[in-house]
Amino acid sequence: MFYSPVITNAAEVAQSEKLHLFRYVEDPEQVKIGTYEAHGGYKAWKKALTSMKPAEVIDEVKKSGLRGRGGAGFPAGMKWSFIPKDSPKPRYLICNADESEPGTCKDRVLMERDPHAVIEGMAIAAFAIGCHRMFVYIRGEFNHSIDRMQAAMEEAYEKGHLGKNVYGSGYDLEMVVHSGGGAYICGEETALLNSLEGERGMSRIRPPFPAIEGLYACPTIVNNVETLASVPHVINKGADWYKTLGTEKSPGSKIFSLSGHVKRPGNYEVELGFSLKKLIYDPAYGGGILGDKKVKGVIPGGSSTPFLTPDMIDVNLDYESLTEAGSMLGSGAVIVFHEDTCIVWVILKLIHFYRHESCGKCTPCREGTGWLEQIVRRIEQGKGQPGDIEMIEDVCGNILGRTICPLGDAAVMPIQSAIKHWRDEWQYHIDNKKCLVNTGFEFK
Amino acid sequence: MILNDDSVARIRERVGLYPRHKSAILPALTIAFHQVGHLNNDVYKEISKIIKIPYVEIAEAATFYTMFPKEPVGKYLIQVCHNISCALLGADSLVEYLEQKLDIKKGETTKDNLFTLVTVECLGSCATAPMMQINQDYYENLTREKVDQILEELRAKG
Repeated sequence: MFYSPVITNAAEVAQSEKLHLFRYVEDPEQVKIGTYEAHGGYKAWKKALTSMKPAEVIDEVKKSGLRGRGGAGFPAGMKWSFIPKDSPKPRYLICNADESEPGTCKDRVLMERDPHAVIEGMAIAAFAIGCHRMFVYIRGEFNHSIDRMQAAMEEAYEKGHLGKNVYGSGYDLEMVVHSGGGAYICGEETALLNSLEGERGMSRIRPPFPAIEGLYACPTIVNNVETLASVPHVINKGADWYKTLGTEKSPGSKIFSLSGHVKRPGNYEVELGFSLKKLIYDPAYGGGILGDKKVKGVIPGGSSTPFLTPDMIDVNLDYESLTEAGSMLGSGAVIVFHEDTCIVWVILKLIHFYRHESCGKCTPCREGTGWLEQIVRRIEQGKGQPGDIEMIEDVCGNILGRTICPLGDAAVMPIQSAIKHWRDEWQYHIDNKKCLVNTGFEFK
Repeated sequence: MILNDDSVARIRERVGLYPRHKSAILPALTIAFHQVGHLNNDVYKEISKIIKIPYVEIAEAATFYTMFPKEPVGKYLIQVCHNISCALLGADSLVEYLEQKLDIKKGETTKDNLFTLVTVECLGSCATAPMMQINQDYYENLTREKVDQILEELRAKG
């Protein structure tokens, strides 16, 4: 029925007074504009455009406390307010759909199953910043998402939600669905800008920040798919309502992509502040660990975020609780692995990824990720040498905080965390030239 | 000409969407890749003429993105995600299984030029692991049985 068979908690969301992003994602008709409109779609866009001033839209989103769902968690309304008010240049709004942080598969569901929600959120954001041509940058492998967004966009034009003089307001809004090149780095906003300009996807030095000089050196806002899909709900029901969800510092709901050794991997929308333990073990969500084995570790916010050990998983999924626990909420991608998983093997998978995805602009990241992969690989292959752990730590220390964009930090943080939590296991691997636990995962 | 009329028309259409022509490079490369199956200098030269951007700038961008194969591949390009979420559910054994079924090693193409097998980084299908992409389509929640069936269907299609 659906292109992706991924499990969601749409049924629970439909019953909820508060959850909203996943309400219709199990309805195959939701992709059609008639169904979307019948479900109240495009009302928020009409309300914003015909009865609000851009500054009021920004204030409402600011007041709602909605934070960026792509990973950084920066307040969306505040980001919009950085657009210079007196600039004569055109402004651009870009929806970042380059979803590629390992573990993260939520934006794809929104684009495939509720594409109009993304377009509506984009339109409201565009109006708020005075943009008349907005882009959605979708990673090139997401052919189905690209087709869905393109089809939805064409419908939105036909019905007059986009185009010239929208709703007779005099406001023109054009949209472009742009296919990217499948590079992780292009999810970093300045690399995305270069990529969208037809350059190699390498990050730019900030300042100037994109809000001042972004796409074609014009004021630009880049927001994640899920952030933008949340915006119509903020406008429809108001910031005060939105703040009744989640916690004081992390208002709203969030989609968590649950993957790895759980019985029911899937995408689940919950209020921020939801219990991680419940997400993993409750039959309505993860349903527990495969083979009823013990958890060994959890990556709570995508592959760039530090690990949680079993004694740490009694934690709430919000920005502040995870920061306090020494990790990050990131993109909300929860990756779980059980007791039969070798930590060196996990890190090899991760560092291989970052080495491959490093754009090569900054020396510490370009060279360092390569060295790290070599050292971790030799340990994993039973050829580790005394001093390897210290060498890894040294290389990590020379990458962290020394690169233009956060990819270098993202590569290093899980490694440092893995050594901190499981140093004995690394040492065992070097001394005994083999894994402490067996990692031979067979697919069914 | 390598690019057919349809591809050329679609690339031309893209150019009009952007304030600057250069932004059409990636979409143009994608259109060419979907038609040809891989990219090379001759393709860059043709794109260069269509969107009126120097050839070297097309090549410069294209070589950054590993999504585009730069050498010919089989009719079906099988890309298996081997990142953490897929690996935890047996992506490495999936690769081995495909190697056996196709009688090739990772990175190789079958003698009949039908299949090329490669591993790739995360494709955003983590909660439906393990998975693979064949040409433009995703195949998720893979089992041995499903893989057998998919390969059989593609072989039958030829």
